[in-house]
Order: sequence, then structure tokens, then C-alpha cells
Amino acid sequence: MTGGILLYAEVTRQGYVHTVFFELANKARELSTKLNNAPVMAILFTKPGMLPDYKEGFTYSGIDKVFVFEDEKFGEYNTETYSNLIINLVKEIQPEIFLIGATNQGRDLAPRISSTLGTGLTADCIELDISEKGLLAATRPTFGGQLMATILCKTKPQMATVRPKVFKPSVDIGYKETEFTYREVKPEDFKENVQLEKFMQVYENDLNELDSAEIIVAGGKGMKGEEGFKMLKELADLLGGTVGATRGAVDLGYAPHTMQIGQTGKIIHSLRDFRRNPAHCRNYGSRTYNLHKQ
Amino acid sequence: MKIALCVKQVPDTSDIKWTENNTMQREGVESILNPYDVYAVEAALKLKKTYGAEITVFTMGPMQAEDILKNIIALGVDNGVLISDRKFAGADTFATGKTVSAAIKKILPDFDIILCGQFAIDGDTAQTGPCIASLLNIPQVTYVKKINEYSDGTITATRLLDDGIESVKVKAPALLCILKSEFEPSRALINGIIKAQDTKITTLTLEDLGLNPEDVGIKGSPTYVSKAFRPEVKHTGEKHDCLETGTGAEIILNKIKEIGVLG
Ligand SMILES: Cc1cc2nc3c(=O)[nH]c(=O)nc-3n(C[C@H](O)[C@H](O)[C@H](O)COP(=O)(O)OP(=O)(O)OC[C@H]3O[C@@H](n4cnc5c(N)ncnc54)[C@H](O)[C@@H]3O)c2cc1C
Ligand SMILES: Nc1ncnc2c1ncn2[C@@H]1O[C@H](COP(=O)(O)O)[C@@H](O)[C@H]1O
Repeated sequence: MTGGILLYAEVTRQGYVHTVFFELANKARELSTKLNNAPVMAILFTKPGMLPDYKEGFTYSGIDKVFVFEDEKFGEYNTETYSNLIINLVKEIQPEIFLIGATNQGRDLAPRISSTLGTGLTADCIELDISEKGLLAATRPTFGGQLMATILCKTKPQMATVRPKVFKPSVDIGYKETEFTYREVKPEDFKENVQLEKFMQVYENDLNELDSAEIIVAGGKGMKGEEGFKMLKELADLLGGTVGATRGAVDLGYAPHTMQIGQTGKIIHSLRDFRRNPAHCRNYGSRTYNLHKQ
Repeated sequence: MKIALCVKQVPDTSDIKWTENNTMQREGVESILNPYDVYAVEAALKLKKTYGAEITVFTMGPMQAEDILKNIIALGVDNGVLISDRKFAGADTFATGKTVSAAIKKILPDFDIILCGQFAIDGDTAQTGPCIASLLNIPQVTYVKKINEYSDGTITATRLLDDGIESVKVKAPALLCILKSEFEPSRALINGIIKAQDTKITTLTLEDLGLNPEDVGIKGSPTYVSKAFRPEVKHTGEKHDCLETGTGAEIILNKIKEIGVLG
């Protein structure tokens, strides 16, 4: 089988499939309809015994085929090991399109794969479409969000990393028979040039809060300084939310970059829109159900 | 220890003016050293101070980019290499990676560490570093906040990620992509400036690198821009001037009630 759209299913440290995968899956299904229903496939690296927990998420999102790499060591991401295994798979199945979430891991992994394959990679996209000629048209912000560029790729696979939260996650498209194929992993596939010594989860300003917060109180240059943001924090705490900042405020040093929202920071959506639309509401609920291991 | 330092000259994005056709108005836009590369330079200088390294700074860009190389040499970097040829123009990250890695191979084949910025503020792809690493077939460590130690050919570094902090060990030769840090960047000293003036910058052309014209610049780039546009910024907010009236808190409270986040 050659052709089709390949997606990387990143497994987080907590052991669930990263939300961005379900967003990629949804978009890929849409792109597939413009490519004569090309198959949508996924790559998964997992510890043994975990697959049953993930299966439902893949079928539910309408993935046709999942390539599973299983090993005890896959609890921990390693750039060289993962990229080498993926490169071999890509050479064999020759997908038209290969999408990866623009997470820390995805942005570390994707350029390694694309440059070894000698193909193009569009970073940090916020929109994907199929051009009249059937090519992947990937749109991304440049110059700190001041200019948008739609980028095409001359070689295959056409690769792109996609920002989390820019696409809606997949909705249940009815039961679908997903094929799970185990791929061989040999001891020599593991590279040990980089070794993880220690991981510390939380620190100073809880980096990931913006990703999960339901209420965000955001401020801009009008906050006039750090003091202003302290007041916002008080309000946010009272509302059970977190603080966001505009680029302008961050550039002036009023707030840390980790608080920045928008195209050049963390992308956020209005949950109210989700709630107003019953389809999204259902989707939101089951998303929570599906992503976290029980 | 031998360090290859990769830097990029970028337009100052806080100062960009756009023409009616959405192209950047290049005249009068100042070129600066990519702000992230400032930290890569600092990391290199710190390694030099602690372990005694020889640092060579590489940049691919137009002839004017020689200025930033001189500025960096004035800070204490030893050598500068300018990779410049009309045929390199229009390179995407893959073609840039190819060209820069070829230059490092030629000038500093026995490097121990390559330092890059995490990303450049113009293209903002964060891809060039990993491209260089994979083309040289060496390990990479991205999102490096701090290089803690170098001993027995092993580098210990701290990575800052969305979900926390990692401490990793990597065997040299390796490539590290450096994030912004809190420290004050170094300033050039008079001696440094004098030394920089006397230091000869090595210039490399396509011919010097022995690459194929098809492999570099716009021809060697698998990606191309089909369309560029300026996004519309929608300002749907309401503006209240309440410094005089002192009604700010009330307005905000009513808004909060209205959108129903109070439950
Ligand atoms: C194409 C494009 C894309 C962009 N993408 C992003 C993005 O993704 N994320 C992002 O964060 N930014 C982005 N920006 C920049 C964004 O427009 C500015 O960061 C944002 O508008 C700044 O808002 P601000 O409130 O901080 O300041 P301003 O826009 O300068 O001010 C907003 C309001 O606050 C008032 N104000 C400002 N300073 C004071 C003060 N000291 N006292 C009282 N009132 C004050 C102003 O009068 C104004 O009414 C983008 C810009 C462009 C052109
Ligand atoms: N033309 C170039 N010459 C040398 N180094 C570069 C060049 N372009 C990018 N880099 C390096 O790659 C990093 C990431 O750039 P980018 O992939 O453009 O975001 C920069 O911080 C530099 O260290």
C-alpha cells in the first residue's frame, strides 16, 4: 500500500495520546475526501500492553490503519530511535502526506525525519487544505504572526507540523474497522546517544495551564506592568481560571512568554462556542473520555 | 573543545513595514542578530570560559552578514565563516541545513559541539538546527535552557519543555538548540573590537562547498511559498474610558456576569 495520509500519534508522559492527534485525525479525514478517500494512517510508539487503552480512540477517529511499535523503552521519547524507525516505515509505505503535532516532541522529531528523507516540512501550521493540483497547502504564520504564508511542497511525503488547538478534534464518525499492525523493533534500533537523567513536572508558573484552563483572563499593554498582571491573577484565581497576555505585553516584559496567547503564543478557543453547538458539546465530552486512560 | 556556532541575521520584526502587496518593505529595516542566537553565542562563550574552547561562528546570508560575524567575534568568538553565494538565495530549512552542514564539514570537521538558536524570529520554524544535526548524523538536543557540564566528551544539559524540565546527557559530537535565558548578554570590549577588525572572515561560495547548484537555494528547497497574505486583525472588543469615572471594576463585573463564567 502506498499513498495516503500518515499521522504521528504522540503519547504523552502521562501515557495518553496527545489531544493534537485527534485534531490531526479530524483534519486528515477532511483532506482525505479531497484525495479520493485516501487512507488515513497513524504511527504509535507504546509500552507493551497499552494498545487496548488506545484502540477506541483510533477507531472513533476513523483511522484506517495504525502501525504499532511496542517496547518497554517506548515510555520515554528518544529523537534518534523514533526518527529512524519512522523513516524506515515512511520509505516503505510512501505516504503522500505526513502530519505531526507541533508539540515540543513533534518539533524535535519532524525536521529530523524530513531532512533525512530529503523532503519538505512546513512548520507550525494553522491551516491545511488540498490545492487544485492535489497538493497539501499548508498555511503558517511568520514574522511573529504578522504575515501568513501558504506553503506547498515539491517532494513526497509532504510534511507539516500543526499547532495544537487549531483544529477541532475528531467527532465519532460511526464504528470503523481499524487495522492494527505491529512493526518489528530490534535491539539495535535503540540509540542511546541522548539519555534522560531526570524529569521535573511542575515549576514556577505552571506552563501548561493555558492549555487546559476553561477561563482565561487576558491583559495587554494597558496593564502597564507586572503589577497589572498581578491584579489579573487575583481575578483569575477568584474565577477559577488562569491569566493570558498579548504579545505586546509580553514583549514589554509585563508577563512571561508562557502566558502569551494567540497565533504566536498558545492558541485558545472559546468554550462557549463548544457549548452552544450540541455537536461540539458531545465531542468535547467524549474527547475527555477518550483521551485519558481509565 | 571545538564549537561550531550557527547564527542568522534577521530583520527586526518589531519594526517591519509592509507594502500594499504584502511584501516586506526591505529598505530602512534594520538587520539584527536573531535574538535566540544571542543566547547560543552566550552559551558558547560560557563553555569557552569554563573549558577553554575554540569557537567558529557560521552564518549563511548576504555579504552584509559579515557585520554580525564581526560583532560576535568582538565578544570573544575566535573565527568567522560567511557562507554566501547568490545561488543560496531562497533556501528553505532543508536547503539551509544542507549548506550550513556542508560548511561545518569543510571548515570544522572535528567539532565537538554545534550550537544553534532554538528558532529564528523571521521564519520561526525551529527546524534548521535539527536539519543540520540529521544531515551530519549526530544527536541533537532541542529546547536547551542551560548547558550544565562537559566532561569526558559528555554534555549535560537542561531542557525546558511545555510539561516540565528535563536533564539529559548527550555524547559529543552533538548539536544543541538554545532557548532564551534570563541573563544579560555580553558586551564587546575594546580589545575584542580591535581583534574583530583584524580577524579575517572566511567566505565560502557554492564552488568552495562542492555542492550541486540543484541542492541549494530556491532550487534545492522542497518547499515553496505559493501565497502570502496579511491576516486581518479583528478588533471586536469594547472600549471603556473609566480612569476618571472609576467605574472599571463595575463594568468588568457586569461583563463577567453577562458571559456567565460566574456559574
Ligand atoms: C497579523 C498580526 C498577527 C498578530 N498575532 C498575534 C498573536 O497571535 N498573539 C498576540 O499576542 N499578538 C499578536 N499580534 C499583535 C497584537 O495585535 C498585539 O499584541 C495586541 O494587539 C497588543 O494588545 P495590547 O492590549 O497589549 O496593546 P495595544 O493594541 O497597543 O492596546 C490595546 C488597547 O489598550 C490600550 N492601552 C495600551 N497601552 C495602554 C496604557 N499604558 N494605558 C491604558 N491603555 C492602554 C490602547 O489604547 C488600546 O485601546 C499580531 C499582530 C498582527 C499585526
Ligand atoms: N542562514 C543561516 N545560517 C546559519 N545558521 C542558521 C541559518 N538559518 C538558521 N540558522 C540556525 O538555525 C536556528 C533556527 O532557525 P530557523 O529554523 O530559521 O527557526 C537559528 O537560531 C540558527 O542557529
